[in-house]
Amino acid sequence: MTEALRLLVSLDPELWGIVLLSLGVSGTAVLLSALLGVPAGAALALWEVPGAAWVARFTYTLMGLPPILAGLVVFLVLSARGPLGHLQLLFTPTAMVLAQTLLVLPIVTGLTLAGVRSKDRAIRELALSLGATQWQAAWRVVLEARRAIGAALMAGFGRAIAEVGAVMLVGGNVRGHTRVMTTAILLETRQGNFEVAIGLGLVLLAVAFAVNAAFYRWQEGA
Amino acid sequence: MPAPAFRLEGLVKSYGGRRVLDLESLEVDAGSVWAIVGPSGAGKTTLLRLLNGLEKPDAGRIWFFGQELTAANGLPALEVRRRMTMVFQTPVLFTATVAENVAYGLRVRGVDQGSVARRVARALDLVGLAGTERRGARSLSAGEAQRVSLARALVVEPEVLLLDEPTANLDPANAAIIESLLRRASGEMGVTVVLVTHNLFQARRVADHTGFLLDGRLVETGPTREFFERPADPRTRAFIRGEMVF
Ligand SMILES: Nc1ncnc2c1ncn2[C@@H]1O[C@H](COP(=O)(O)OP(=O)(O)OP(=O)(O)O)[C@@H](O)[C@H]1O
Ligand SMILES: [Mg+2]
Repeated sequence: MTEALRLLVSLDPELWGIVLLSLGVSGTAVLLSALLGVPAGAALALWEVPGAAWVARFTYTLMGLPPILAGLVVFLVLSARGPLGHLQLLFTPTAMVLAQTLLVLPIVTGLTLAGVRSKDRAIRELALSLGATQWQAAWRVVLEARRAIGAALMAGFGRAIAEVGAVMLVGGNVRGHTRVMTTAILLETRQGNFEVAIGLGLVLLAVAFAVNAAFYRWQEGA
Repeated sequence: MPAPAFRLEGLVKSYGGRRVLDLESLEVDAGSVWAIVGPSGAGKTTLLRLLNGLEKPDAGRIWFFGQELTAANGLPALEVRRRMTMVFQTPVLFTATVAENVAYGLRVRGVDQGSVARRVARALDLVGLAGTERRGARSLSAGEAQRVSLARALVVEPEVLLLDEPTANLDPANAAIIESLLRRASGEMGVTVVLVTHNLFQARRVADHTGFLLDGRLVETGPTREFFERPADPRTRAFIRGEMVF
């Protein structure tokens, strides 16, 4: 523990590289999930397309997808003989982003869906009655659910930054390349460097806390 | 004769196989103020929702200024919808400031920023809430919320105003302000008002026509004075006297 703190305070470039990669990979996964999942969740909540109920159920099921399974799927797709093998993305940060997106997307979609649905009827009817177009009314419903959507993104970020199975499998924990906080903790623990492992764990918690605090500060203002 | 604001024929609405509304016919003249009274569960809100186009009838037709309201699949056309607005029984406010709430109908119509602020201030003044623009809508009392939703409806200057118990949460003084507002809107601007109310005194004060809705049927309609002074149907008589009619 003292060791990890010493590294942190001394601005050890390797440690900071690990922290930044964690933030970058998980942050990008959340961003991608937001771009895809927020519209998808809103659409599922707002439009009664046939089969929407099944898609919703499927999404809710995927919210509990074990990270190792998400990793396995991405691994198979990106492996040399997989459909996207020629891209040679396995054991790169890009592969890690893809695997975490697979984990985060259902959470963002599912929680957005639930949040929007809870506002749907009354707000939409009110907007329509006040002369909104269908699109304006739908947008208003999404706006009203903004807190729920923000919380969905935070839940997704929490899941991504904390998981180890997916990034381990598709990233490989390559030092200086794909090593993130969770895989580093795993490695240090296996090697018996408990002090460093615990220190890294505290760093992970602190990072998660800082991101959450920043988010809630922003949301209070919004 | 100009086309009536609403004409209904053979209107039927059911929920889960139960008929909650069954109206043979009704005409609401443009510029008139109608009160719809009746016990809880009679179908008053359902009627307003049909008139506003939020709900589609299972049978029958509605004409709005001579134009069929229910012809298309789904909602009435935007230009048609924008000629009327409804104040809901339970006031729903957007999670935003009072000003943003009141401005909504103007914003979606693309009214320019400068006149939005002016019209919002004026509408708030009309309902006795001048200067509350910047308050959060969530911090309002029930009566304030009701008045904000009324200002939000008035600000777009609709031709038809559908009101579902607009003074249920108000003290007599504020209710009186709203009532005189409605009379003026009708008298000076020719707004057609359909007012659902539990308050029979209010119906007498405000409406020039009154209809009694019971179990989804219009038992009696007529000029307000006649309706209250010489009701033809014994059930209307009992309802006016406050006796049980169910
Ligand atoms: N969406 C719905 N699904 C099922 N039943 C409904 C629905 N909306 C209304 N009803 C039923 O239709 C009947 C008429 O309801 P409505 O809301 O029109 O009554 P109301 O006259 O406005 O009553 P109140 O004075 O209590 O507001 C009621 O029995 C109600 O339970
Ligand atoms: Mg009602």
